[in-house]
Amino acid sequence: MVTLNTDRIKDAVKEAFFRICLRMDDDVEQKLSELADKSEGLEKFAFGIMTKNAEIARTKGFPLCQDTGMAVVFLDIGQDVVLTGEYVEDAVNKGVREAYVNLRKSVLSPLERLNTEDNTPAVIHTRIVEGDSVTVSCMAKGFGSENMSRVFMLTPADGTDGIVRCVTQCMKDARSCPCPPVILGVGIGGTMEKAALMSKHALFRTLGSLNNDAKLAELEAHILKSVNALGIGAQGLGGPTTALAVFAESYPTHIAGLPVAVTVQCHASRHSVTVIKGEK
Amino acid sequence: MIKIKFPSDKKTLAALNAGDIVSISGTLYTARDAAHKRFSELIEKGLPLPFDICGQALYYTGPCPAVSGQVIGSCGPTTSARMDPFTPELLDKGLAAVIGKGKRSEEVKNSFKNNKAVYFVAIGGAGAYYSDAVRKTECVCFGDLGTEGVYKLTVEDFKAVVAVDSSGKSIY
Repeated sequence: MVTLNTDRIKDAVKEAFFRICLRMDDDVEQKLSELADKSEGLEKFAFGIMTKNAEIARTKGFPLCQDTGMAVVFLDIGQDVVLTGEYVEDAVNKGVREAYVNLRKSVLSPLERLNTEDNTPAVIHTRIVEGDSVTVSCMAKGFGSENMSRVFMLTPADGTDGIVRCVTQCMKDARSCPCPPVILGVGIGGTMEKAALMSKHALFRTLGSLNNDAKLAELEAHILKSVNALGIGAQGLGGPTTALAVFAESYPTHIAGLPVAVTVQCHASRHSVTVIKGEK
Repeated sequence: MIKIKFPSDKKTLAALNAGDIVSISGTLYTARDAAHKRFSELIEKGLPLPFDICGQALYYTGPCPAVSGQVIGSCGPTTSARMDPFTPELLDKGLAAVIGKGKRSEEVKNSFKNNKAVYFVAIGGAGAYYSDAVRKTECVCFGDLGTEGVYKLTVEDFKAVVAVDSSGKSIY
């Protein structure tokens, strides 16, 4: 048994959101820079500005995008950890509040539309896992792309082709709204909410990483090809790069169904994973 | 690269074609969802808008707060389609151009054509890049809306693409 003060979770959340909102992932920046070099016309113009944007954000301390997102936090708490200090969700929200002092406050009550003024509450997904550490996975989710995300309750007969078709349709409907080139998180199976959750969690992968499941890896490649054939291109200005990657997760489902969820992520894929070890 | 300055006039804007890359300087007014709703309410009540929109350009953005030494925080474009219900009535009142991201409805496209107005798209997600083009900001109205208020921006070399030109031709 180990102990872990939730103040450390607060610090990890604060550090993560402040960093990811101001700095593009190296893998994404590298990819955009390569695309800027090899593309032409309006596409080159768009990739060039995206690359320049990452550089200005990094060197001058600006957020990459004015939509600094709603904070999504996956907390994987090892079952050998005893949490001490304040309530863990309060600690997460305190971290978000402190990180967003100079970032945009985009969170409000859904009906009255009254802003909470500090970008809280975060959307928190907590799981109890094996081990003696806490993994804090943070994502700053912008809504240009989130608004384009979808759930499809397919039938077993739809099969793999149906999955490719519906993810492609999702992006066809989204067109330039989610700031392509996008990264698509795809959740396959489970129930409706399980599929949605997997589609979010899938986005924590690094660009260029291969899915451990060979069947899913093949499906990801198939979907990527199909989405890029749409020709939407960077910022919808036309071209062969509509998506940079497709990341899929799956889970067993019911004999009567095939849930598929798609989380659309803009090119500023702002995510971070921090592992905090408990103390003996 | 075509240079253009706002406020502008219909003759200057008529020279632009869908797909042209432009460098914009001069004045832009920020306005997004909540400000558009208020414009529409004023028009419905027969009241004047808080500033003269004739020949002006609206920029759909909700900036980040500026931190010390910055003129404005990150300020990239937001999705234009959400402003579709409000755009035709503003163009009818003389608004010359709007800047946002993404495609517009057929009705809005026709309104650009009928009013000889222009729709520009900026590069979404490039908030830091666009803040670098802003030299001055001043709150014009609806300051209570925070980031959704209307701010007068003075910009230099603000790069965008003509998405719908004054003849109604679109890149989408």
